[in-house]
Amino acid sequence: MKDSFKELIKGIIKENPTFVLALGLCPTLAVSISVVNGIGMGIAATFVLVGSNLIISWIKNFVPDRIRIPCFIVIIATFVTITELTMKAYFPPLNRALGIYVPLIVVNCIVLGRAEAFASKNNVIRSLFDGIGMGIGFTLALILISAIREFLGAGKILGLTVIKGFQPAFAISMPSGALLVIGLLLGFFNLIKKENK
Amino acid sequence: MNTAQFLIIFISAVFVNNVILSRFLGLCSFIAISKQTKPALAMSLAVMFVTTMSSIITWLIYRFLLIPLNMTYLRTISFILVIATFVQFVEMVIRKIAPPMYRFFGIYLPLITVNCAVLGVAVLNSDMFFSNDKPVPGGFIFSAFQGICVGLGYTLAMLLMSAIRERLELCNVPKALKDFPLGFIIASIMSMSFMGFNGFKF
Repeated sequence: MKDSFKELIKGIIKENPTFVLALGLCPTLAVSISVVNGIGMGIAATFVLVGSNLIISWIKNFVPDRIRIPCFIVIIATFVTITELTMKAYFPPLNRALGIYVPLIVVNCIVLGRAEAFASKNNVIRSLFDGIGMGIGFTLALILISAIREFLGAGKILGLTVIKGFQPAFAISMPSGALLVIGLLLGFFNLIKKENK
Repeated sequence: MNTAQFLIIFISAVFVNNVILSRFLGLCSFIAISKQTKPALAMSLAVMFVTTMSSIITWLIYRFLLIPLNMTYLRTISFILVIATFVQFVEMVIRKIAPPMYRFFGIYLPLITVNCAVLGVAVLNSDMFFSNDKPVPGGFIFSAFQGICVGLGYTLAMLLMSAIRERLELCNVPKALKDFPLGFIIASIMSMSFMGFNGFKF
């Protein structure tokens, strides 16, 4: 039990997929315009991660090594399609806001990266906790980035005005702002890591 | 179908909506492989080849398989399968022809499969060149052309970035910003300059 707990915790800080492993940055940057989008994308990706980690660690012994990547991708794509259809049916505004980035969860490096690096080598329970931990880490990273961008770019958080009379810097909600925020955040986390050593 | 439409697709895919700098597709490989010009060029060529071929193949699959069978909800699965097969093929060719290049790519070559640019252009094509599950006239040629242009946009961003980073090796930068973080900050400035192309209207 202690072992599984360790797998859960490591994804949140020590091996945070976004800030430490620098994986899955495309959707992170594209959807982080507002916190609501960030949370939606985080939950969708967590569902796909947990599901695919579970199935892949379960079938890893039957799959021939040479064709494992296509097999993993089909499994991941199945979960993505489930997510896509569910989102289209129950959360149409969110689906419109996330646009092509929902089907693109299938090519999110985190999902295939965890399948290849963790789920294909570990048992079902540990892979399950790894998936949950990585998903939470990804969601938290998305919330952090989107909160910064929504605050600086639109002066709001979760659609509510925070400071009256704050003049938002529109460039932060443009693509270049996303790249700038993530670059500085990665630098900041590097700095913390160096000082802790 | 006339030259103006081709020009619009070209300008839009290469400059205005550059895959990397404005759509954020294929960022992982963009940051990881852009340290030197030569591997960056090799990677770009591989991506361009894959985006072009997969645009053609996915259009055919969407038009002649998924629409007649009323199974457009299987778009993601079928597209990614075709792309994965294709990438394995490219991987085998590079392993045969250029083993040092293959070793250099390491994990990033199999990751072309999960290069968002490749699936992204396929999904975009099926959104843009089909209306209500009916193909737009000339859609096939446009899809193939958009595949090439997205590849060109990727190559352009990759070459610019690798040239900048090669020179950056000689500079004294803050330790915490080395590699990844500085890469993003440079990309941000590049993206800002590409925003200038937004003014183009036809």
